[in-house]
Amino acid sequence: MAPQKKGAAARVTEDTEDLTRHPLQSILLADSFTTKFRPITLERPKVLLPLVNVPMIDYTLAWLESAGVEEVFVFCCAHSKQVIEYLEKSQWLSQPNFSVVTIESHNSVSAGDALRWIYERNVINGDFVLISGDTVSNMSLTQVILEHKERRKKDNNAVMTMVIKQSKLSPVTHQSRLGTDELFMAIDPQTKQLVYYEEKDFKGIIPLDNALLADNPSISLHNDKQDCYIDICSPEVLSLFTDNFDYQHLRRHFVKGLLVDDIMGYKIFTHEIHSSYAARIDNYRSYGTVSKDIIQRWTYPFVPDVMFFGNSAAQLEREGMYRASEIEQSRSAHIGPFTVIGKGTRIGNNSKISNSVIGKGCTIGSNVLITGSYIWDKVTIEDGCDIRHAIICDGVIIKSEDVLESGVVLSFKVVIGQKCVVPSYSKVSLFQQPTVEDSDEELEYADNSLGTLDSWCSLAVLMLDIIHHVVINVLSAVFDMDAIYYPRVSITGTVDTLNGEMISEMLPVSQQSGMLVRLDYEFKFSLSAHFATFVINFVLAVDVLESKLRFSISALVEFSSSIYLGPGGVGHVWSICEGGHEEEWRHSVAPIPAEKLAVATQALEDDLELLNLDGNALSTSAELKPDRNGTDSEDDDFEDSRDDSIYYEKEVEATFLRAVNENIKVPDIILEMNSLRADIVGGMESARLSYNMTSADCAGAIFYAMMKQALEIPHSTAGELRDNAESVINAWKKLLEFYSKEIDDQIEVIMKFEEMCLESLKEFSPLFALILQILYEKDILEEDAILKWADEKRDAEESDKVFVKRSEKFIQNGGGPGGPGGPGGPPNIGPQQLSKMQQQHRI
Amino acid sequence: MDFQVVVLAGGTSKKLLPLVSKEVPKALLPVANRPVLSYVLEQLEVSNLKDLIVVVEGEDAAFHVGGWISNAYVDRLHVEVAVVPEDVGTAGALRAIAHHLTANDILVVSGDLVSDVPPGALAAAHRQHDAVVTTMLCSAPVSGPTESGSSGGKDKIKKPRRYNVIGLDPSKQFLLHIATGAEIEKDIRIQKSILRAVGQMEIRADLMDAHMYAFKRTVLQEVLDEKDRCQSLQEDVLPYLVQSQLKSEVLLNGVLQAEENRNEKISSQTNQAVVSRILANASTPSFHELYASGNSGSTPVRRIHKCCVYIASESRYCQRLNSIQAFSDINRDVVGDASHLSGYSFSAHNNIIHPSAQLGSRTTVGPHCMLWEGSQMGDKCSVKRSVIGRHCRIGSNVKVVNSVVMNHVTIGDGCSIQGSVICSNAQLQERAVLKDCQVGAGFVVTAGSEHKGESLARK
Repeated sequence: MAPQKKGAAARVTEDTEDLTRHPLQSILLADSFTTKFRPITLERPKVLLPLVNVPMIDYTLAWLESAGVEEVFVFCCAHSKQVIEYLEKSQWLSQPNFSVVTIESHNSVSAGDALRWIYERNVINGDFVLISGDTVSNMSLTQVILEHKERRKKDNNAVMTMVIKQSKLSPVTHQSRLGTDELFMAIDPQTKQLVYYEEKDFKGIIPLDNALLADNPSISLHNDKQDCYIDICSPEVLSLFTDNFDYQHLRRHFVKGLLVDDIMGYKIFTHEIHSSYAARIDNYRSYGTVSKDIIQRWTYPFVPDVMFFGNSAAQLEREGMYRASEIEQSRSAHIGPFTVIGKGTRIGNNSKISNSVIGKGCTIGSNVLITGSYIWDKVTIEDGCDIRHAIICDGVIIKSEDVLESGVVLSFKVVIGQKCVVPSYSKVSLFQQPTVEDSDEELEYADNSLGTLDSWCSLAVLMLDIIHHVVINVLSAVFDMDAIYYPRVSITGTVDTLNGEMISEMLPVSQQSGMLVRLDYEFKFSLSAHFATFVINFVLAVDVLESKLRFSISALVEFSSSIYLGPGGVGHVWSICEGGHEEEWRHSVAPIPAEKLAVATQALEDDLELLNLDGNALSTSAELKPDRNGTDSEDDDFEDSRDDSIYYEKEVEATFLRAVNENIKVPDIILEMNSLRADIVGGMESARLSYNMTSADCAGAIFYAMMKQALEIPHSTAGELRDNAESVINAWKKLLEFYSKEIDDQIEVIMKFEEMCLESLKEFSPLFALILQILYEKDILEEDAILKWADEKRDAEESDKVFVKRSEKFIQNGGGPGGPGGPGGPPNIGPQQLSKMQQQHRI
Repeated sequence: MDFQVVVLAGGTSKKLLPLVSKEVPKALLPVANRPVLSYVLEQLEVSNLKDLIVVVEGEDAAFHVGGWISNAYVDRLHVEVAVVPEDVGTAGALRAIAHHLTANDILVVSGDLVSDVPPGALAAAHRQHDAVVTTMLCSAPVSGPTESGSSGGKDKIKKPRRYNVIGLDPSKQFLLHIATGAEIEKDIRIQKSILRAVGQMEIRADLMDAHMYAFKRTVLQEVLDEKDRCQSLQEDVLPYLVQSQLKSEVLLNGVLQAEENRNEKISSQTNQAVVSRILANASTPSFHELYASGNSGSTPVRRIHKCCVYIASESRYCQRLNSIQAFSDINRDVVGDASHLSGYSFSAHNNIIHPSAQLGSRTTVGPHCMLWEGSQMGDKCSVKRSVIGRHCRIGSNVKVVNSVVMNHVTIGDGCSIQGSVICSNAQLQERAVLKDCQVGAGFVVTAGSEHKGESLARK
């Protein structure tokens, strides 16, 4: 008995030792590696943006401290100087029992990079809490860390515990109140292991691996949970990131990677919190939502009237109104419920403020209406303004009688002139919108060197591009020329002055068939800093066969930033980038307008409709086949592969066309085609989409491209078309031969040809037999292939046999001496005899 | 209760050869010396569902089944026996008898179900939610010969066979997903639209669709009409209804009487909904109703229908006699663990020996055994966990373990029978050794022969 006890006691001490040996560490990512908060984040890092008048990072740090974390590594990348400066100024760096260490990096573009960077530093030596600096929470970490450690003891592969929380999605927009996209998770209800995680996918079906149910009889699928982005990680997580250097995103790559690739057997678990608060500010909508939650005290003790780091306590009054000290407020001003007013703010007569946050030192005039807005420090709002659901950064001046429609974001120090209406969802900044967006994982960087001059230059280049297109359109309209004969118009130019006039003498000259094109154009852009219209005057002089034609074209090109910010307004209105436009209302602080909801509802209906039409879900059972093997998935695959092949065909065609135009040699094309064949389509994420094409598909696609090319060459009669086809076939014979070495490939070519004649290139349909003959004569098609094709068609339906019939004569004639009849074969073979004959061949 | 019951008694299932024959269709296979169909009929009688249509495949089978029913249940149940051609499938069978259906709700039960779950409970659940279909789910039986005792140690860690993959809502009242047949071996494909509407779905692989359904008649008839290629209720009709529950197509086109019904109902519908909610003991409307009303207000904008489940508690017995393995399992269970189903009273030794049965000296009949009317056993025999039918003649030194011996079987001296089924009128000559075999009716096993895992039947 005694030794056993001892052993148990020893274990306990070991446990406590385990806990005490490593202080609880945390990695705080002070960079979200997204651009959702642009343009504000061009000037200030997201973690320093005030949330109910306190920088976000203070909420995160205060919570970490209260939750018993002892060591925090703050990873800074974008605006790292600002973050470090702020932390140095604040008291965070001088706390007892709570150490905050900053780690700076300049070239990290993702959370993956950040973690790899930290791994190299070798500072993490135990389990740690991984969060980003925009998290607001008041949950206790004790339970989840205990769970994590317990699991680790039993199973060394349990490397991460994710905190999740119940969250109801809008049935219409499928997003949570935090504005995040819907999330599908599958969790083992017993062990809480996460077995499936899907953030964004447009398919109507969730595919779950059958094997999941082999181990546990029951799985819970959730659409009603929210990922809090608070992760308890074991040190292995860092090394995993280092091992898999392509992991960038914590969820999209890391979590998915672990779930999909079970070779290493690493497991992720979930911990659901019920009563405590945890939310991450990922977009403007969540900014608004979390602000409201703070005001309504869901985040207690991190609320405005409780002193924690970085805030100056405000007084809580009735109706959830918080007021700091030194507020000058007119008697007639009305401050509504759930509003926070910062220190030293002045509010004029008859102004009404509700459901808003006003920062420190703001000046608000008379008769101003503010609802649902977040106004930061030292903002001046003059009389008679109407501001709804806006975010207004430090130092903004809004002149009298302006109207900000809902969802407007005004970045630092923007000035809106008098009587100006800023339309919904506008984003205004002193900075120009960067023209080149980073593709997938954007940076929250501010490139200060991208000054105005550069941006104007890039703008001018853009303009020139537009002009280029205009010129080409004009040329093609006037001369009715085929696309390939366009002169390559090259335009060079310099931008002399920024504002005013630019006259350029760029002469795209093309001499082709005695044609001289000369283009002078005048390029005016009238610009104030925020208002851009471009007037382009073209004088197009074209000498064609010595007769002179002159065109004068004026084009007014309005640039996207044509929103007027009023007299004296300062700032650029950012154009809402394509594709992103649809998202604006989703992620804005403004409530979703009714018409958008209606649209979304409609979309939802269509979705379902689509689902039905696709037939995956519904018609499988409705139109079931007698043998029920392989209904759903195979159909799906079939669909996919068909899409693939169409896409592939287009690619091949484009490649081929380019080869024709640029005179690329055959071996080079083959190389390129091969790479297409095996390559992964750029931009599409799934590796499954690699074209898994056989050489038969290739041959078919190339032949298709060739015939299309032949059709492009001007022709008036069918005979000419035939000649064209012959010349094209002649020219590219080697290429086609390369891919049609086997009989099966050749048959594929014939079938493809048939299909073309029926569908896409009907012009060839009368020439079917003739071209078949050409192909045969050029030794591209062997006689066996033709015979086999005809044989295959023998049992086909009548409609399918049209082309067989047409070529019957050719087949029967056997191509003359040495034709398909073969030595000793009968001179004339009817279609009936074909198969027999073929057998002879085989023998 | 306005329920009409359809019992799908099947015909001579090929899966059960050589156990079944023209004379003994599946419905009449003996389970503890009672036809398997009697178990369903008795449960229905207990639930006061006495208006039945028994559908039998094939004329011969129908003749025998009808004969038996009219003998056994003449005063107790109102039974019609309907004949349908063979191999029409369950949906086809219902289609064939559709014109007989008149009641508002139809309870469809498979005739091979041996269960003590009251069908009335299913009917009540169906009514409570005003569902278009309610299906009964029970714990998937752990199949396989539990050769405990003699070879108990040999039991491999066998995973329970998967019968269905079923998706349920958190309240376990609604059926959100079902995969049957060949689909269960593939990846699970969950419709997002349904998951979105309900928020959380529990996917279970340990439940079995017991093939007892309550259908709304109009819907059932419409689906059978429209989807004329549907063959199976379980594999086609039910999954279709489940998948389309948020995008209901039923009752949409045609079916005038349904329209009329609804017009009548409109006034009472709200009432009904309230009542059903009270019955459901839920203060909040189900996700169906929430989804149907969208967010625009109270008038339903979407067409939905509900698919409900009734989950039998784990202590209930529920198994279908649809394989030879199941036949042995059920026979063993009914005289063993689930002895309450048999309706017999067991002796102190936990077995039943008919008073007219004769045992030789030093012959032992162990617990969980049954020896029925007029059977005789010689000396030094041993019977363990087996069922022996009427008028069997069993010699001396015979061992019967884990087996079913039907009626009028003759077993010679020194035979050993293990894990086997011996059909009526079969004859085992001396010293025959059978292990895991099926012996068809009237077959003669020659003296001294040994068989293992074979199916022996007359050609």
